[in-house]
Amino acid sequence: MTAATSTPPALVTGPIVLDETVAARAPWSAIVRRGQTLTIVDLHGNQAVDCLLYNAADTAERYSAPDTLAAQGGIFLTTGSVLRSSEARPLMTVVADEVGRHDTVGGACSRESNTLRYGHHTKHQHACVENFLIEGARWGLGKRDLVSNINWYMNVPVDPDGSLGIVDGISAPGLRVALRAEIDVLVLVSNCPQINNPCNGFDPTPVRMIITGE
Amino acid sequence: MSTATTAGAREHARAQGTTVVECMPTVPADRLGDGLIWAETVPGGGYASRRLARGVTLRLTDLYGDACVSVLLFNADEPWERLNVADTVKVLWQAYIGEGHLLLSDQGRALASVTAGAPGRSDAFCGTSTRKANTDRYGDGSPHGPTPAGRELFTLAAAKHGLTRRDLPPSISFFQGVRVDDDGRFRWLGSAGAGAGVELRAEMPLIVLLVNVPHPLDPRPAYTSSAVQLRAWKSSPAAPGDPLWSRSPEGERALLNTADYLTARGIG
Repeated sequence: MTAATSTPPALVTGPIVLDETVAARAPWSAIVRRGQTLTIVDLHGNQAVDCLLYNAADTAERYSAPDTLAAQGGIFLTTGSVLRSSEARPLMTVVADEVGRHDTVGGACSRESNTLRYGHHTKHQHACVENFLIEGARWGLGKRDLVSNINWYMNVPVDPDGSLGIVDGISAPGLRVALRAEIDVLVLVSNCPQINNPCNGFDPTPVRMIITGE
Repeated sequence: MSTATTAGAREHARAQGTTVVECMPTVPADRLGDGLIWAETVPGGGYASRRLARGVTLRLTDLYGDACVSVLLFNADEPWERLNVADTVKVLWQAYIGEGHLLLSDQGRALASVTAGAPGRSDAFCGTSTRKANTDRYGDGSPHGPTPAGRELFTLAAAKHGLTRRDLPPSISFFQGVRVDDDGRFRWLGSAGAGAGVELRAEMPLIVLLVNVPHPLDPRPAYTSSAVQLRAWKSSPAAPGDPLWSRSPEGERALLNTADYLTARGIG
């Protein structure tokens, strides 16, 4: 990770707490304090950012895709979406979104699921679950703590017959999404290394993380 | 009957032993049918759990039309391997889970196959209810209250197997259907009605946790949940040549990964 100097800036202005660029294929994590905002910048366009959230004070309470979706009544995340915990409590709120919709149905890529989706030759490629395990270990988290995650900038439609899949993205270079923390939240990220589907345009690229607020 | 003495209390306790109610386990299960190895009826607002051997088929029957059974599966011997709903829908390119679907773990393996069940009457998006949501909705969500939450019951079921809240990922529910409209919004389909059945077959040794509570999107103002009947028997796991085995290339690799894992462990 290196300090970023490129534009564009945070979507929600305020004192800058942190401003970092996450290298292509790398993990990242930080605590976003209650009231602070995390802006994620898709620097080069169509880069999936796999994301898990934890109550920083008790990581047994963590992001829950089903509680988030059931409460909002639909599958897409965008401005206004409240990202809820396994106890249905608001962890973060999407306060601005320049893309339009993000996924939380498709989960993270793993070495193991890659063997199913693309064949056993992909077993030793990089995958998001490896990043989550590496970065999570820094906070005392392990495999039991990984659940269905958010995929910022990933496009997963569900067809009328139930067919679903990761298709070409609708993001573009520089587009941002901003998340306001409702409690102190540990944010765990894998800048997705997948090269076998369109979620990264078949070319993983860096993203920028900016935390603003008091 | 006086319970003032140990003899009286013992007699009083023993006199209850033959009581029969609707929602209870029957032991031994084969009293209710040849070959049954688990027979239990779980009330609305109730839960159950079991370890199941590879090849066991578990049938769930919605007796009255208002059951909604949310399911979690774990590798019985390495329970940190567990149901992964995201992989279950993504890998098989299908969100509506019915007959022929495989329930996948986070390790690229098939934990179970769905051998009967209507894809229109399941849900892999909304999980189950929480104490907070039920408190907001019905006034209470505690496990022994009048309107128990699914997550609270899952927590109790998990504890029976040495597992905690950390071990509870998103679940899949059966009997109450949810569809996704073109704009991504959920549409509630509700129940197929009394008598609907779902069958799950263990493709590896499993811990199964089941909670029977109203679906989070159930629009009815009252907590509406009726009994589900469980019946399990020995059957054969998926094998090469079965239509299920080669239904999709992704599913076939999941079953191959399961077989590969079990063979190396010495489980044939």
